[in-house]
Parts: sequence; C-alpha cells; structure tokens
Amino acid sequence: MTRKKVRVGIIGTGNIGSDLLIKILRSEWLKCGIFTGQNPLSQNIRRAKNLGVPTSAESLNAILKNPKCCDIVFDATTAESHLKHAPILNKLNKFTIDMTPSGVGKMCIPIINMEDCLKVKNINMISCGGQDTTPIVKAIVDVHPETQYVEIVAHIASKSAGIGTRDNIDEYTQTTCDGIRLFTHVPRAKAIIILNPAEPPIIMHNTIFAQITNPNLKLLKSRITDVVNKIRSYVPGYKLTLGPIFENGRLIVMNEVEGSGDFLPKYAGNLDIINCAAIAVAEEYARRKLKAS
Amino acid sequence: MNDILIIDSTLRDGSHAIRHQFDKQTIRKYASGAEKAKIPILIVGHGNGLGASSLQLGLSKLSDSQMLKIAKGQLKKTRLGVFLIPGFGTIKNDLEPAIKIGVDVLMVASHCTEANITRQHIEYGVKKRLEVYGVLMMSHMLGAKDLLVQAELMQSYGAMGVVIMDSAGAYLPEDVTKKISVLANKLKIDVGFHAHNNLGMTIANSVAAVRAGAKIIDGTSRGLGAGAGNCQLEVIVAVLLKMGYKLDLDLFQLMDNSEKIIANIMIKPQEISSVSLTSGLAGVFSGFAPHVKMAAERFGVDMRDILIELGRKKIVAGQEDIIVDIAANLKQRKKAGSEENPIEALI
Repeated sequence: MTRKKVRVGIIGTGNIGSDLLIKILRSEWLKCGIFTGQNPLSQNIRRAKNLGVPTSAESLNAILKNPKCCDIVFDATTAESHLKHAPILNKLNKFTIDMTPSGVGKMCIPIINMEDCLKVKNINMISCGGQDTTPIVKAIVDVHPETQYVEIVAHIASKSAGIGTRDNIDEYTQTTCDGIRLFTHVPRAKAIIILNPAEPPIIMHNTIFAQITNPNLKLLKSRITDVVNKIRSYVPGYKLTLGPIFENGRLIVMNEVEGSGDFLPKYAGNLDIINCAAIAVAEEYARRKLKAS
Repeated sequence: MNDILIIDSTLRDGSHAIRHQFDKQTIRKYASGAEKAKIPILIVGHGNGLGASSLQLGLSKLSDSQMLKIAKGQLKKTRLGVFLIPGFGTIKNDLEPAIKIGVDVLMVASHCTEANITRQHIEYGVKKRLEVYGVLMMSHMLGAKDLLVQAELMQSYGAMGVVIMDSAGAYLPEDVTKKISVLANKLKIDVGFHAHNNLGMTIANSVAAVRAGAKIIDGTSRGLGAGAGNCQLEVIVAVLLKMGYKLDLDLFQLMDNSEKIIANIMIKPQEISSVSLTSGLAGVFSGFAPHVKMAAERFGVDMRDILIELGRKKIVAGQEDIIVDIAANLKQRKKAGSEENPIEALI
C-alpha cells in the first residue's frame, strides 16, 4: 500500500533544485507537484519530465496558475528572486523553504530549531557553509560562552557552485556570518567562502576556528561528536576530519561532507548538506500534516 | 597625462612581507609619500583585501577601516583604493564602510577561472560611481583564449580595466606578450599587469606587458610582498621613463619612499629564496611554503621536489591536504631508487 504524500513545488531548476527533486522522488512523505524554472530548453527540466514529474518553464507563475499543485515550496532561485517570490507564496499560504541566502525567512538549522521553524510559513536554509558549521560553532560556544570571535572557512569545488551561488556570493558570505551570530550570540564572527577550481574536484570541507584562551578539549570533543552524529542522521556523508585541537590560541575543527551523488558527483557535499537539511524539515512538516488529516 | 596608470599596492600586497602588521605611523608616512610622489592610485588594506583579516590568512594589526581612514587623511590628488575577493569581504560589512571613508577605487579579484563571482561587487562599485577594476589571479594557469573569456565577463559587469595577476611569479616575458596582446586587442577596456618576482622577471615582464598594450602596471615600493616580492615600483617607473613613456610621477620621491619608509619596516631583504624560485618554476601558489616545509621534514624529502610535483599536478590553494600525499609518495619513490629528475620533467 502506498502512503499518501504531501506535494511540493520546486522553483529553480539548477543544481540545488535538481538535487532536491531526486531526494523528493525517494521520499516516503513527499512527492513533486511541480518542477518549474525559466528556461524551456533546460536539460534539467527535460530530465524531470522524462521521470514523469510535472514541469513548467514559467517559474513561480506555474504555481500561481495552479495553486493546488503543492503545499510546500522550495525556492531554489536567487536571493533577488526570492524577495519577489516571498510575499506571493505567503499569500498562497505555502510552507516556503528558501534555499537562497535572501535572509527573508526564519533561519533554520534543523538540529537546532526545527520546532520553531515548523510554526512559521517561510524558513531560510542560510547556506551550505552555514548548515555545515553553525551547529559545531554552537557546541563550542555552549561549552565556552566567553568566546569572542569565531571564523569558518568553507571550501567548495568550483564545479558544484552553480550560477545562483555565484550571483549570490555576497549574500552567501553575509548570511552565513549572520546565521552564526544569530544562533550562537558570539560577538564577532567571520565567514569565508572559497571556490576551488582544482581537478579532480575537491570534496567540500570546512574549517572552524575559535579564539579561546583555555579550551576544555575533552568536553568540546564529546559535545562536537554528539553534534556530528546528529547531523549524520540526515547527512550521512558528514564527518569530522580534525580536532578539536588547540594551536597558537586558536581552537581548530575541520570536517568534510561527501555528497550522496544524487545530482552532482560525491564531491558536491555542499548540495547535500543544505538539501538534506531542507528535506528533513519538509518531511517533518509533511508527517505532521498527514497525521493531522 | 600618464601614458601608463601606476597602481601602488604597497599598503595592500606589501603587507604579506610583514605578516599584515602595518602600523599607524607607517601608513600615515607612506600615504603622504605616495601623495608627494603623485601616485595616481594607492591601494590600502589587508594583504588579501577587505575582510580578509582572519585566523585563516593572518590577522591585521589594524582593521581595514582604521588603515583606510589614516591613508585618506594624507591624500588629496592620489585616489584611495581597496581590493576585495568575493567570499572574503562583503558589501555590508566591508565595502559600504570603505565607501563611507571615501574610497575612490575598487579592485575586485577572483581566481582566473572564476570571474563570474565578481559580478555583484563590480556592479555595486559601478553603481556607487567608483573606479572599478577586475583582477584575475593565478593567471598563468589559463591560456590566452580562456583568459580573454574571463576578462570579457569582468568587462561586461562594468569594470574599467582588467589586471592580470602573475600570482605565482611563473611568467616569462614571451608568455606575457602573448596573453596581454590578445587581451589588449580584444577588450574594449584597459589591461593591466601585476607581477611577482619568483623568477626575477617582474621588471622584464612588466615591460613586456606595456609593449604588448597594457595600460596599467601594479607594483609595490621596494618590491615589498609575499615570498620573492612584487614588481619594484620605483624601478619600473624609472625604466618606463627611460623607455620614453610620459609619467607624471616624482621618481626621486618614489625612491625616498622606498629607502626612508619601507626599508625601515622590512623584516628581511626582499630576496629570492630557493623555495620562492622553485615555486615560480613550478607555477604553484606561494602560500604552500609552510605546509610543504612541514611535510618535507616529516617524510625526509626535499621541499623543492614536493613543489615541483605540486606544479605538475596543478594543485591550487585549498588542496593543502594533497601535499602530505605527495611527500609520502616521493619518499617511497626515493626508496625504490628512481633516478627521475623532476625539474627536467617539468620543463
């Protein structure tokens, strides 16, 4: 017997949107009601059509014309576009998961604030770097509330950064930094994003630095390991590669994310970490909706 | 008035040589000296640009804003500029405050294959009526045709010029001639060159660039910069004057800036060490040096062998983890008694 599923719309048919689609096709709780972009010649739209997914090249208009096609909307366009989409999706009463770094909706890191996010209509997934590093920064600051400065460096393979990411590089950097400050209340934070053109492409990896004078490495290790295990429940390829170690007044933690290889190859862990987080929220929303009905 | 636009990056790229520790007095003195020398554009800030003061790359002694304010106080005709690599600085945190301080010039840089990450910042600078230039770093890794494609993107975003950076100090003059002439012929905007001295070629390469049609030369006083250093400003200006170019600059003042200000703050002479030389030969990122040193010591292999191998594999910054792999492999090869000469293999 097949379970009833909640329908979702995906606006934006680039790397993020196409990877979300594959994950949704696998989901027990979600199905795709519309996969909609701007370019009628898009290969990604054609691929989706071949998979039997309803598609459109009218972007948000496809949902406006047929509002019943979905209850949840993933916006995987650009920060600029989401500013226009957000009020319309709000009027249509869609639970909106913004994949762009627009900063419009409530910032969401599932293992930190999933419950609060399910109470609002527009949530923002910050950025891949934010999803990856914020929970670890929070663990560090929880152990050491006196921390004055943290810094994260996200290394992403060039090939995994589509035009949306590139057009939004400024919002991406700013939103990642703002997210860290919001969730941890650390006085000063910095986010650095490096697109790496190396061939073969590098696996997404991230470094977290914190300025702490006297770190409790044992407690930090155990708290960080807990966080890593929680993230692994929805991003299996997430792992700690170094630390926490203390060197020259800096606490250092490194991790990498191997993707599941859904739309892009496994090096693109950045797609996985943000998309898996978004799917985790959407599935929870769907589960509750189906239970209630 | 000037045939060639001179961009002075001493208070930006030069800071690598002193681990980003420019103090108030040096900035004040140098900015005043640049004004006296009639330098058209003075770039100021962390060595890697706005927002790059970090645990990852090294913290500046002073914030970008502090440095810019001090420099601005000394400048009248000389335009104050900033450098920004998208992914480090942001519009809100870094560019807006810099514009408030009175910055006139913005240089937006990316790795040579990633020009499309500079669109937002170039367009923003143009909108704010800044004089905006694009910069393509590590440009030796791309051929002329591909470099042109990237430079055209920057042109399409509204940049007034594109500066080609020889970050690894890997160019020979004929490489410069080939690439700059393609860009100068095909672009509607000016082309510039920023040299590094790993192969002792900064002056020769800058001359080749100008002969091939470059209208912008970027250098630093006394060649101050990371590793082997940059194109020595007072020298290239003297050479260009000797070649007959019109430059409305005070050459003796440039020499004084070098001798009386910069010489006093240098930790060591700007010489070409064997590691810098090998990096230039192999065309690898100069920032690898500390990692390579560690790996060399750990596995008992020569640093230079590792650098050559990094160059052959086209390893770029951010792939530091591969250094250990290479060192381990070299050790095994050494054990097996292979007689291969890595430098010959590279050339």
